[in-house]
This record gives sequence, C-alpha cells and structure tokens, in this order.
Amino acid sequence: MAVKNFVLVCGGTACESTKGDEIFKALLKSATKHGIKDDVQIIKTGCFGFCEKGPIVKVLPEEEFYVEVTPEDAEDIIAETVVKGRTVERLAYKDASTKGSVSSEKIKFYQKQYRVVLRNCGLINPEDINEYIARDGYLALEKCLTGELTPDSVIEHLKVSGLRGRGGAGFPTWLKWNFSKNVTADQKYVVCNADEGDPGAYMDRSTCEGDPHSIIEAMAIAGFTCGADTGYIYIRAEYPLAIERLNIAIEQAKEAGLLGDNILGSDFSFNLEIRLGAGAFVCGEETALLASIEGKRGMPIPKPPFPAVKGLWGKPSIINNVETFANIPVILTKGGAWFKSIGTAGSPGTKVFALTGQIENSGLVEVPMGTTLRDIVFDIGGGIKNGRKFKAVQTGGPSGGVITEQFLDTPIDFDTLTSIGSMMGSGGMIVMSEDDCIVDVTKFYLEFCVEESCGKCSPCRIGTKKMHEILEKITSGKGEMDDIQKLKDIGKAMKTASLCGLGQTAANPVLSTLKYFEDEYLEHIQDGKCRAGSCKDLMQYKVVTEKCIGCTVCARKCPVNCIEGERKAPHFIVQEKCVKCGACYEACKFDAITIS
Amino acid sequence: MPTEEKLELPQHLLDFIEQWRNKQGNLIMILHKTQEHYGYIPRAAAIELAKILDVPLAKVYGVITFYHFFKLVKPGRNIISVCMGTACYIKGAGDLMAECETLLGCGVNCTTDDEEFSLQGVRCVGCCGLAPLITVGNEVYGKLSADKLPEILAKYRSK
Repeated sequence: MAVKNFVLVCGGTACESTKGDEIFKALLKSATKHGIKDDVQIIKTGCFGFCEKGPIVKVLPEEEFYVEVTPEDAEDIIAETVVKGRTVERLAYKDASTKGSVSSEKIKFYQKQYRVVLRNCGLINPEDINEYIARDGYLALEKCLTGELTPDSVIEHLKVSGLRGRGGAGFPTWLKWNFSKNVTADQKYVVCNADEGDPGAYMDRSTCEGDPHSIIEAMAIAGFTCGADTGYIYIRAEYPLAIERLNIAIEQAKEAGLLGDNILGSDFSFNLEIRLGAGAFVCGEETALLASIEGKRGMPIPKPPFPAVKGLWGKPSIINNVETFANIPVILTKGGAWFKSIGTAGSPGTKVFALTGQIENSGLVEVPMGTTLRDIVFDIGGGIKNGRKFKAVQTGGPSGGVITEQFLDTPIDFDTLTSIGSMMGSGGMIVMSEDDCIVDVTKFYLEFCVEESCGKCSPCRIGTKKMHEILEKITSGKGEMDDIQKLKDIGKAMKTASLCGLGQTAANPVLSTLKYFEDEYLEHIQDGKCRAGSCKDLMQYKVVTEKCIGCTVCARKCPVNCIEGERKAPHFIVQEKCVKCGACYEACKFDAITIS
Repeated sequence: MPTEEKLELPQHLLDFIEQWRNKQGNLIMILHKTQEHYGYIPRAAAIELAKILDVPLAKVYGVITFYHFFKLVKPGRNIISVCMGTACYIKGAGDLMAECETLLGCGVNCTTDDEEFSLQGVRCVGCCGLAPLITVGNEVYGKLSADKLPEILAKYRSK
C-alpha cells in the first residue's frame, strides 16, 4: 500500500533537547494504535531552521506546520490530521500579523530563504543513506568515477561557480584545490573543519546533523580531485549528535561501497575518519586545527607555506569548512554556471546564518548572497523581540564587528561586510536592541578572546588581556578619557603584529563598536551612565515618590536593608549601601522603582 | 615526596588504546576516551597513558591543559553548564550564572562540598533559539530565567 502521509519531526539538537525524540516515538505509537502504520511514514529529519518555535512537526502533503509540539500532542496530530485530514488549530503556526494559521509554504520565515546548503535538512532522514541518494546524492561522486568528471573539470566547475570558502575568509575554493592538486606528493589529505567554535553560531552543526552525507561525498570528491586517499573530519566534542550522525553516515557509505578501497569498483580509494576537538577556539584556524589532528597542542604556525602545499604531517592538505563542502555536490550536479547565477557577482551562492539574539524568530536561515540585512532581520526574523528598537547586528563573532541601522539596506556579501567594518565570519548573526549595552557586549567578546588566545604570540596574548582590562574599567565606571585612544592603539598593533587570524581580528569588535558607538563609550566614561542599563556598577535604583504607596515589600526584600521609609509613606534607597541586586525592582508591583 | 597512586586502566580502555596505538595523532582521541570513563583525567591515568604510548608525561599534560574540554579534577555528580554563547549572554546568561553560584554556594569551575554539583560556563551549546539556557548532564533547560533555577536544581539534588 502506498504511503499517504509523511510526518516529519525535527531531530536537530535544539528540538531534540526539547523532547523531539519522545514526540517521534509518541507519533509512532499513535499511528500503530490507529492501525495506520503503513499509510504514514514518520521520519526524524535534520533541523528545520525555525528553532524559535521548536519542536516542529510537519505533515505532508497537507503542508501542516505544527510548532512547540509536546509528546502529548502526538495523538491529536495522528488522529486529526493524518486520519481525518483536519488541522490541529492549537498547534498550527500563526502568522504574527494576521494571527491566522498558515501552512508551511506561506510562512514568512521561509519565504525569502533559498536553500542550497540546507537542501536536505528537514526533508530527509539523515540516518538513511538511501534518502540522500534519492535526492541525487552521490551522483557527483559517481560522475567522477565513471569519467564524466575529471579532476580538471571539477576544478573548472568550481572556478566557474565562484564558490568562496564559507569558514570566514572567503578564499576561492577552486584555487585552494588547485594548489593541492598541482603539488606532487606521496600522500595528501582532505580535512573538514567542523570545529564551529564561534559563540552564537550553529550552521555547521545543523548541516552535520541534517545532511552528513553531503559532507562525506564532497570530501571524497576533493580526494579524487587532488589525489588524496585519506580524509579527516575535525569536529567539536560538544556536538555529540552531529558526531553520531556522521559516524552512522560513514558506516553506511562504507557498506554501500561509496567510501573505502576501490570505490564503486574504480581504482580510487578514500577513507574517512573523525577526530574530535577538545574545546579550543583557536583550532578553527587551519594550521592550529592540523596541529590538533596531529595530537598536539593546537597552536598556529606562520603561513606560508599554506596547508594546501604543506599541511597535515607536512603533506599537502585541503581544508574546507562544513558549509563549503556541503555546496560542492550540488554545484557538480547542477553545474558551476547554475551556482554562479545565485547571489552577487563577487560572492555567488547562498549563506547560512544563525540568526539569534533579540529577535522574534531566531533560527537558521539560508539566503542568497546580496540579501539585505533588513530582509533578514525584519522579514525573515520578524523584527525585534517585544517591539524594542533595533540597535545593531553583530556578525563574524569574536572576529567581526557591528552593522548599524544605516547599513540595513546594504546587500550583504563577503566584500560589502568587510567594507563596512564587519566580516562574514562563519555566519553568526546576533541581533541587538536598545536594551543591549554595546560596551558590555564588546567586553564579552574580548573576554572570550582572552580565554581562547593560545598564548604563542605576545600581541594577541597581552593585547586581548589589556583591552579586556580597559573595558572592565569602563563598564564599572572607572574609565578615563585616554582609554579610548589606548584601545585604538592596542587594536591596531594587534591587527598588524599577531601571528594568526584569531589575534589579527580579536580587536575588530572593539574597533568597530568604537567607530559607530563611540558616544556610548563616552557616556560610560564621562557621565557614568549606561543607557541600556546592563552595566550594573553604573546603575542606580531609585524610588519614584509619586508612585510609591509605602507597602514596604521592597524594604523587606532588600538583602542589605538599604531601603528606608515609614509604612504607607514613600520609601527611599540609601545609595551608598545599595548592592544593585535588583530585588526591589522585581518585587515592586507599582512600578515605583526605576533604574537610571 | 608523596608516592604516586597506582591505577589500573580498565580493559575496554586498554583495548581502545591498542586499536589506536599505530594511528598518528592518537593522543587526543585516547584522552577523550579516558575522560569518558573517569569523568576527568586522573594523574595516575595520565602517567599510565604516557608509559603505554611511550611519550613524555609532560607532553600528555601539555595537551590536557591546552584544551578546555579536559578536566584534571573530579567533577560533581551533576555537571551544570551555563551556556555563555553570545545569544545566551545578551539574554541574561550572566544572571543565571550568578544565581547558580548563589544557590549552590560554589563558584564557576568548582564543585560543591558534598560533590553533588559542579558549575561551569560553556561556549555555545548551539541551541541559540532556546537562549538563555543551562544543561544539567544531558538535559537542556532553555528559555530560562533565574527564578526557575531552584526548581531545576531540586530535581537533581541527592538523586
């Protein structure tokens, strides 16, 4: 009997951690109970991207899009939607403006998206190689092995496509592959960088979880192109689900004869192994990553020679990140020209962003290069949370900078972002509202860099620490006017003198925020004021006399007894004793306590 | 000088080491497996590994101390990780951390006296849609506020 319905359950980390697996099991149980187990196929897929509303369940062909589902809802989904064809209204996604339920193809979050990298995420079961193959998976590898594609034509396709590395720097992929291909060596390697250490970014994790075979296929093609027979996937140990799915995929590919010795009966052999990272951000830098695979401390070394010529154990090695690899099979099946037609002239293709922060719809979005920030934040992202005012978007993580309101309509690609003082980075996009203090967020990034600096070169080791100290001073109200110039000077020195990308870019958050938000720094220093109210040391809690009815709740809540006043008369706060814990503010039912 | 405590590595770990012995760059993978078994890397185990793999103990420690993931001290029964990724940070991860410290009476990267809980900050769990969040063991608690923490901790106390 033919399958009538498909029920897709999100199996990404975010949904999985909110009972995705229990929902999956409950759906199976309900389907069995209703005797329709053979009419409906229940599949656990990769990430749908709409993490804000997870866990998500999608029913096809009805295109029902159910959000914030719990295991208890499984029965209704099966009994109502699958059996009777009705929508379960309480679970259906509601449009924010019309409040009406909408089917999945009409959801604004998806309308401006274009999925190339995430083409299979949320659609196929990542633990079944046949589903990947049914979506033209391993077709490109097959073409390589049957002679339809040669190493030269693969390079040509990549050249025409204009694909640039998605790890951050945007180096043309074909050039990298070509370097490695043209070196003569007895051994070469292919390495996938899945050490996504950038805080607030999880594009690569979702790709590994949702479509692991696309990475494996692309790595085998890289091996075929440059003559490597061994590959390593270097992945964060903090991503257990992604590791599991990759392991399953590697095993299945081996069984199917798509990995291992003499692939598909040809004389090409390619073996793949997973190596775990151990929580060091600097290992995202390629030479540090290679040192880590070699089992050593992950410290970078000066370039050149580049890894494509002299890499892992001194042998030529191609290193690309997950997203770059995931693009490659589809470029080879659809052709370089097809890829080139998407995006902008200088940066063809799409980019996956992890849209997070103060935004209504946080999640994973994939858009053509050249999409404006306004489209991403307001159309896809649904605007700022709680109707607050937009302040800035931070891209590029600890190496990037802020994009302010004036650039909302700039089409974003590798080059425009650099020209406005930020960078593409791996794809983290953190939206900030008027409630976020720019100095505090910058301090956060510096603190990150202080911890993650490997310590090998002094500009980075000392520079990050000194800058963090200055920011600490400013946010605690002890800043001085010449601190601003000091920050700029240290930043410039780090940019020119640091050994690797981490140190060269660690000052970017500071320099970029100083460029666009110097007034906020000055406010902290000169007026002792934090307009967002996040720097606790600069805050003052005060009682609004007109609103205070003297209920004494605040005085009783205060842990240091610094609120005084008679019952039924306005109270006041003794500032010298106040520890700024905010307990009074939380406790007051009459909004009589303000923060300034 | 205190005498070093001797430790016998369990058989499955020895098997794993044997399997990886001839692979290049095996040290990190073996350390992962060791930590998986003990919850941390005991000094005695590090000494054993150095002997078995025939590498200087200093090299083993060089690697352990470089990476945040490897622990040198035995953690508590429940490990509480407060996500300190950017998305969580701007949504109040700092307050969650402060509240955890108060509730547990122990600081970051420390273990409570009764060895019930360890508290740590982690870099991005990759569930930014659930920010701010903490994880206790393998459970993720998302979209949190400080007032929900006592209830969560109570679930794990003396379990």
